[in-house]
Amino acid sequence: MKFVDEFREPEVITKTSAEIRRLADPNRHYRIMEVCGGHTHAIYRFGLKDLLPSNIELIHGPGCPVCVLPMGRIDDGLAIAQNPDVIFTAFGDMMRVPGTMGSPLEHKARGMDVRIVYSPADALKLAEKNPDKHVMFFAIGFETTAPSTALTLMRAKAQGVHNFSVFSNHVTIIPAIRAILDSPDMRIDAFIGPGHVSTVIGCRPYEWIAKSEHKPVAVSGFEPLDILQSIVMVLRQLRVSEATIENQYKRVVPWEGNRAALRAMAEVFELRPYFEWRGLGFISQSALRLRESFREWDAEQRFDIPGVRVTDPKAAQCGEVLKGVLKPHQCKLFGNECTPEHPVGALMVSSEGSCAAYFNYEHRKTAIVTSIASVA
Amino acid sequence: MCLAIPGQVVELFPDQPHTAVIEVVGVRRKVDLGLLADNLPLQGEWVLIHVGFAMSKISEEDALDQMRTLRALGEAEAAMQEVQGYSLEESEVPEDSGAQKLLEDIS
Repeated sequence: MKFVDEFREPEVITKTSAEIRRLADPNRHYRIMEVCGGHTHAIYRFGLKDLLPSNIELIHGPGCPVCVLPMGRIDDGLAIAQNPDVIFTAFGDMMRVPGTMGSPLEHKARGMDVRIVYSPADALKLAEKNPDKHVMFFAIGFETTAPSTALTLMRAKAQGVHNFSVFSNHVTIIPAIRAILDSPDMRIDAFIGPGHVSTVIGCRPYEWIAKSEHKPVAVSGFEPLDILQSIVMVLRQLRVSEATIENQYKRVVPWEGNRAALRAMAEVFELRPYFEWRGLGFISQSALRLRESFREWDAEQRFDIPGVRVTDPKAAQCGEVLKGVLKPHQCKLFGNECTPEHPVGALMVSSEGSCAAYFNYEHRKTAIVTSIASVA
Repeated sequence: MCLAIPGQVVELFPDQPHTAVIEVVGVRRKVDLGLLADNLPLQGEWVLIHVGFAMSKISEEDALDQMRTLRALGEAEAAMQEVQGYSLEESEVPEDSGAQKLLEDIS
């Protein structure tokens, strides 16, 4: 439990919290979705739900690029790396994500050359240093990360590095939001917009959410006050049935986005006709693949991949949690078969996954409260 | 994974305008400035870094705030691990850098 005093500027937090209470109509149940996994993590870490009235429900969105990737794609990446000349590289977050035959880390234990990189640029450097090997970069991420992969590919092409390829699992945020709004299971009143994706795409891409769907959006920073202020912003709009896009994270997010980043993405990537997302099914034009002009650096073109659709283990309810239909602790496996130590699904592995966040903060808090209550 | 790490530009290279050495709490690494091509940072300016690429320019005040936020989120260690993981070129803490002061400021 975070006591207000533990926050910086506790008086402002208290005031903002009071403002939320004042704005929330007691006869209404609000469902506000934070899209991005980083916000989910912050909400749990800072215990922000304790500062909200009970008629405001925060729904966790699908903005966790590791979480939404179906198991079959992990298998595909690992299949490429079965080749002894291939070095499999990926961010740390990917290493423990389960594939059908184990995670990348487990494959490493069985002799596959698997290495963590912290930047796609370092995967390229690895290729330059190992001319007799092929370095494959398993790329994940939304529009925050795709421009960096794009620039790296441009550099690989310019420098003529041919023992390097990217297996692209980059996805785009807008189609996911659209799929959430189109879903009959969900009723969302407003959105807390992603912070860092928006530094790239700007705020304009969210305008249809306000204009066509009539839902307010506040693009938010990651401090407790940022998130609380964003909730104030959307509540103010909901109160008067307004819907616009507001930028709470002005200090970092430019309205027009980052043109250089968008240019790099456009030069290297094109939209796949469709892509499968865990929980949301097949979504058209929601993922990026390399353009024909970068064919040589496209791992999917250079290597054969199984391309098999793999569903999650039957008992796991990852899809429903991802969609926001279930809360993490409502999944039957939560806390028993599926914990951060032995995760069944990606939502428990990723630092942005709602299950991991819930387990690490909320679950422990409840366990402590319950054990205190049982002794009292 | 959505870590945005604040760093100060400490060295620029006239023959490589899209590269800079940044410093994050005393750790120096090269990062790519290609995504800031339209608005390249000057020496001493602060940027937000994501997977080894500078994504946006920020004020020094916001940079300090961001480091505090990472600490509050429990992500400061992961952030430092990430920065240290960027192509290990230089790793010395210069004697009179702002790192010591920054460490004091954020703790």
